[in-house]
Amino acid sequence: MPFPPFSLVAGVPLTWYLTLSVILFALGVAGFLFRRNIITVFMSIELMLNAVNLTFIAFSYKLKQNDGHIFSFFVMVVAAAEAAVGLAIILTVFKNRQTLEIDEVSSLKD
Amino acid sequence: MDIVLFLLFAGVAVVCALNLVIQKHPIASALSLIGVMAALAAIYLQLGGEFIAAAQLVVYAGAIMVLFVFVIMLLNEGKERKAKRLLWVSIGGLPLLFVFVALIHFMITHLLPASENVQFGGFTDGTAAAIGTKLFTAYLLPFEVTSVLILIAIVGAIVLARKEVD
Repeated sequence: MPFPPFSLVAGVPLTWYLTLSVILFALGVAGFLFRRNIITVFMSIELMLNAVNLTFIAFSYKLKQNDGHIFSFFVMVVAAAEAAVGLAIILTVFKNRQTLEIDEVSSLKD
Repeated sequence: MDIVLFLLFAGVAVVCALNLVIQKHPIASALSLIGVMAALAAIYLQLGGEFIAAAQLVVYAGAIMVLFVFVIMLLNEGKERKAKRLLWVSIGGLPLLFVFVALIHFMITHLLPASENVQFGGFTDGTAAAIGTKLFTAYLLPFEVTSVLILIAIVGAIVLARKEVD
C-alpha cells in the first residue's frame, strides 16, 4: 500500500469536506447534549451553524454557483442576531437566578 | 499541496471543536471556538469563498465571539460542576453520536455521485463583486428583510438586558 494513500496533486475529494462538516456538527450536538453551562451550550449551537455553512460552501463549489455563499452569509446574519438576543436572555437569567446551570432553570418544566 | 493544507486546517478545526466540548471553563471553550472559525475561514478560502472567508473572520470570529467573551467575563462564572445525566444518556450518548457520524459518512461517500476534486482556484465566483451583484439583484428581498431582523434583534436585546427603572 503506497504512503500516503492518496494523491498529493489531485486535489481534495469533495466528500472530505462533507465528512469534516459532519464531524463538527456531531461535536456540536455532543456539546449541546452533555454540557450544562448555558454559555457553552450556546457556543455548541454556533459550532453546528458553522458546520452547516461548510456544507453550503462545499456544494457551492461542486455546483459552480455562488448561491450557497449567499445562504451562508444569511446564516451568519441570523447567527449574529441570535447571539445578541440569546446572550441578553442569558444575562437576564443570571440576574434573576444567579446561576448558569441549565438544569436549574427548569420552572417551565416543573 | 491542496490536500496537505486541507488536512492541516481540518485537523485544527476538529481538535479545537473537541476542546470546546471537553473544556470545563467557558472562556477556554470560547477560545477553542475562535480556533474552529479561523480554520474554517481558511477552508472556505480553499473552496473559492473569498468574501465568505473574510465575513467569517470579521463577523463570526470578530463580532460574535467578542460578544460571547464579554458576557463570560461579565458573569464571571467559574468551572461548571459535573453534570447529572440520565443513565441511558451517559452510557448510550457517545456510541449513538458515533453511529450518527458513521451513517452520514457512509451516505455521502457511497450515495453521492463522484465529482471532480477540489482544487484551489477552481471556482472564482466567490468574490465580493460576484456575491454583491447577486445579493442586490436575485436576493434583494431577503437582504432587505434581514435588516428588519437585525432591528428586531437590537430592540429585543436592549429590552431584555436593560435595568428595570421604576
